Amino acid sequence: MNRRRPAVTSLKYLALVTYLIFLAFPLFWLISTSLKTPQEIALIDPTMIPREITFDNFTTAFSEQPIVRSILNTTLVAGASCVLTVLLSIPAAYVMARYRSTLSRATLVWVLLSQIFPFILVIIPLFLLLRDFGLYDTYIGLITVYVVWSMPFALWMLRSYVATIPYELEEAASMDGASKARTIKDIVAPLLAPGVVAAGLFAFVSAWNEFMFALVLIRSPEQQTLSLTLVKFIGAEGVARLGPLAAASLVATVPSLIFFAIMQRRLTGGLLGGAVKS
Amino acid sequence: MRVFKAAAAVTAAGLVLAACGSDDGGDGGSGSADEPVELTFQTLAWQTASIKANEQIVKTWNEENPDIQVELLQGDWNNVHDQLVTSFEGGTAPDVFHYESTTLLDFSDRGNVLDLSEYLSDGIREDIRQGAWDTVTYDDGVYGVPFLQESQVVFANKAVVDKAGIELPTIEDPWTWDEFAAAAQKLTTENRYGAVFPLKSPANRVLNLGRNFGADYFSDPSGDAKAVFGDAEAEVPQRIHEMIYTDETASPDGVGMSSSDALPAFFDGQYALLPGAIWLRQQLTEQAPDGFEWITLPALEGDSQQQGAVAQTLSVSASTEHPEEAVQFIEYFLNAENQVKLAAGDWLLPTSQEAAKSPRLNDEATGWDVATATADNLEMAPFQQVKGFEEWKSKIANPALQEYFSDEISIEELGTKLTEDGNEILERYQR
Repeated sequence: MNRRRPAVTSLKYLALVTYLIFLAFPLFWLISTSLKTPQEIALIDPTMIPREITFDNFTTAFSEQPIVRSILNTTLVAGASCVLTVLLSIPAAYVMARYRSTLSRATLVWVLLSQIFPFILVIIPLFLLLRDFGLYDTYIGLITVYVVWSMPFALWMLRSYVATIPYELEEAASMDGASKARTIKDIVAPLLAPGVVAAGLFAFVSAWNEFMFALVLIRSPEQQTLSLTLVKFIGAEGVARLGPLAAASLVATVPSLIFFAIMQRRLTGGLLGGAVKS
Repeated sequence: MRVFKAAAAVTAAGLVLAACGSDDGGDGGSGSADEPVELTFQTLAWQTASIKANEQIVKTWNEENPDIQVELLQGDWNNVHDQLVTSFEGGTAPDVFHYESTTLLDFSDRGNVLDLSEYLSDGIREDIRQGAWDTVTYDDGVYGVPFLQESQVVFANKAVVDKAGIELPTIEDPWTWDEFAAAAQKLTTENRYGAVFPLKSPANRVLNLGRNFGADYFSDPSGDAKAVFGDAEAEVPQRIHEMIYTDETASPDGVGMSSSDALPAFFDGQYALLPGAIWLRQQLTEQAPDGFEWITLPALEGDSQQQGAVAQTLSVSASTEHPEEAVQFIEYFLNAENQVKLAAGDWLLPTSQEAAKSPRLNDEATGWDVATATADNLEMAPFQQVKGFEEWKSKIANPALQEYFSDEISIEELGTKLTEDGNEILERYQR
């Protein structure tokens, strides 16, 4: 057994490295393409490392399209969607997990059912609703739609997390004199951190990448999100200007990578280990 | 949780700012005595030079016309249809929008676009080619102003054709399809195909080139249209198929390629001749490796050099409050001087006859002389008037042609699919 262990460990690392390469390669290719000349992009044998590094693609991307503005818009919309989704989902998930009533079960079924509507079915009614409420072409309108769109999944996810928190912890807090609100705030919420982060990431990424709602619900150039800006590097008959598109996409990836880097530290489990005697 | 609270605070602040800064969504100004008329104009320009031309033309207009201010919006080709349909339904469509003539029949049927016939001046009517006007005219209504058209030509690797001693065609004496096939035969070697036909979405190209042999593909296109497939309709697909599978002088790889996809192998010398649209010159200029010389050869000739063509258009939304001002803006935007800039920016043909005479659009080195010479042979593609054409094309024609070009079905089976299966779709639009 001991003789086999180094080999097994090596294989594990090999698998890990292979997986990392698999995950990192698209990003590497994006960086490489963004630094290539149009001639090098069109080579029959693509080069991994650019022969001649150029920053022209970045210059073109930034001079032709409002990339920074779009990043700020998307950060605002995705950030707000993330926070609102989580804030609204936590109490709802708590009630659904702790109070097993007919209403709670009906809500759960409705949440599941709501997921089966294809978005194309709701896009025009949503558009008309937002227009009538004066929310067409506003961030608030788009954020509202994103929150509604992300909430069912976030709610479902957080409900499962709440269900795993032993009720005995809340009873103990209650016996020590804590109110229900304080119990949720000081006992339940911290233990929900991994679930909150997971749900938040889901809501953030969904909003960050979303295209069709933004296309239909936002008109003003100054309010456009990244997905709307990036697609402008693709023209008639699907012909893409790969260099500027790669450069803009790379820049667009940075904020979400930073967000992930900050949030992923919270994605830790095992907080409940030894909380109660079983 | 501290991070979360901070994020919540930042977002809340952002939302307040967003609410303060958000647009009211209103369309166009009232144009009262004190306020200028405000028009929105959605362009689909996406090439660097074209975007700059659009911005510059709008800027100049706004400076010269303080009473009619235009806001430039940028749409994108891939999603413009969905976006326009939704905005027409919701009453938020831009006053003036850029799109293409194939969609205008549908939009005019639904009452989404304005009939411009009573607004257009004689000047612009006379300057734009009649063949282009035909593409936007239905039942005497004019639903847009055509301004850019594409035509099909042939690109050649100069070093390869020179070395093979191929006598090149001229504008006055273009290659026939037979001569093109013979040249491809001569240029084919063990490591090189004489030609490649990019056929990723073949329907438009086949139907447009079919006009070389008088192919209609539809009977009574503006009435009870029926798909037809006779000898004339079979000519172009059959000739391409023969070059791929009988002569083996055209690469079968082209079946899954777009024109842009074919460029790397064209630059690498794997294909000598590349039939393609004139806009491909932009990519050839930008992407060709140093020392690679390419030339533009005239459009091929069948019974004639006629080609079907659609047009990019500027139209006015039926819901606009300022139709006269919108047409004034369009006429300025598409005057001969501006059409030169727009055509040069997108490497497409201007519809303005005056613009076509510009030295900038007749430059030999970049193939403009050959491209511009095709203008006289462009005619409205009959299919453009067929209700249900887009569905026929995407559900029947493109898949069936791809099967044929992949050698999976015979020419007779292709004809059956285009007509029998196709007519089931067309009948739905005629009920």
